[in-house]
Amino acid sequence: MNFFHKYSSPKHFYPLAGRLIPWFGAITAVLMMVGLYWGLVIAPPDYQQGDSYRIMFVHVPSAWMSLFVYVVMAVGAAISFIWNIKLADVLAASSAPLGASFTLIALVTGSLWGKPMWGTWWVWDARLTSELILFFLYVGYMALRASIDDPRRAGQSSAILAMVGIVNIPIIHFSVDWWHTLHQPASVMKLGAPTIYITMLIPLIIMAIAFQMFYFTVLLVRMRNEILEREKHTGWVADIVDGRG
Amino acid sequence: MNWSRFFAMGGFAVYVWSAYGFAAVVLTLNVVIPLRQRKTILKRISRFLRFDQGDQS
Repeated sequence: MNFFHKYSSPKHFYPLAGRLIPWFGAITAVLMMVGLYWGLVIAPPDYQQGDSYRIMFVHVPSAWMSLFVYVVMAVGAAISFIWNIKLADVLAASSAPLGASFTLIALVTGSLWGKPMWGTWWVWDARLTSELILFFLYVGYMALRASIDDPRRAGQSSAILAMVGIVNIPIIHFSVDWWHTLHQPASVMKLGAPTIYITMLIPLIIMAIAFQMFYFTVLLVRMRNEILEREKHTGWVADIVDGRG
Repeated sequence: MNWSRFFAMGGFAVYVWSAYGFAAVVLTLNVVIPLRQRKTILKRISRFLRFDQGDQS
């Protein structure tokens, strides 16, 4: 508990994050290269979809991350709202642009996959519509924060939006089971064995971990920026900036 | 490795490479923007400190 107590203070979190960033960045780069090579070169074409299914290796990890990041953001927002922990608000604020990016990638790559397979770029079915709403939730969250100057009040107000928006997460996940949609049902994130060949599952999992590490890497950079901005009048920030010359 | 076959993506080249290209652009921006932000913030704070020497509570 002492560990959490110490590193939940921005002053101690800042240098810890700084030490982790290069490692996380290196792991991300290696996993991305291995995952891309495996997914684009080694994995065989699909017997139904040919090579178009390879879009999956960016589409599915982005879609998973769009949900994961939202949960992190909403939990961070709730913690900062209830216990008023500064670092939790920094976490939520820094997650939003990353989550919005993953959602946008999932939507666009999905559209590019939908055109050759379904014959349409877009359809207003449950999965696609709820994912689009997720994108608007991220954008709304960021716009709300940007419109309030005082970071404390911005954190409190936006936290409510983030917490309410979490109802959309199970809707997205189960949409393919609850409604008849064009989108195919889950083949990995479900009870029982995944219904996907191992030769396609391995690069998918590598890419998923790569996206996860990408999120952590950029998240730490963004959190450090946010901390510097908020703590700019403190002595320890002055020491860091002075040390840089 | 057969490069022209690799780039052709079994006839789905436009869709596959647009998808990967778009993802690459968005991810790259996600790296570049916060790094540039960091430079700006550090510059601003150091300028502020130079004007405000001796008052670093």
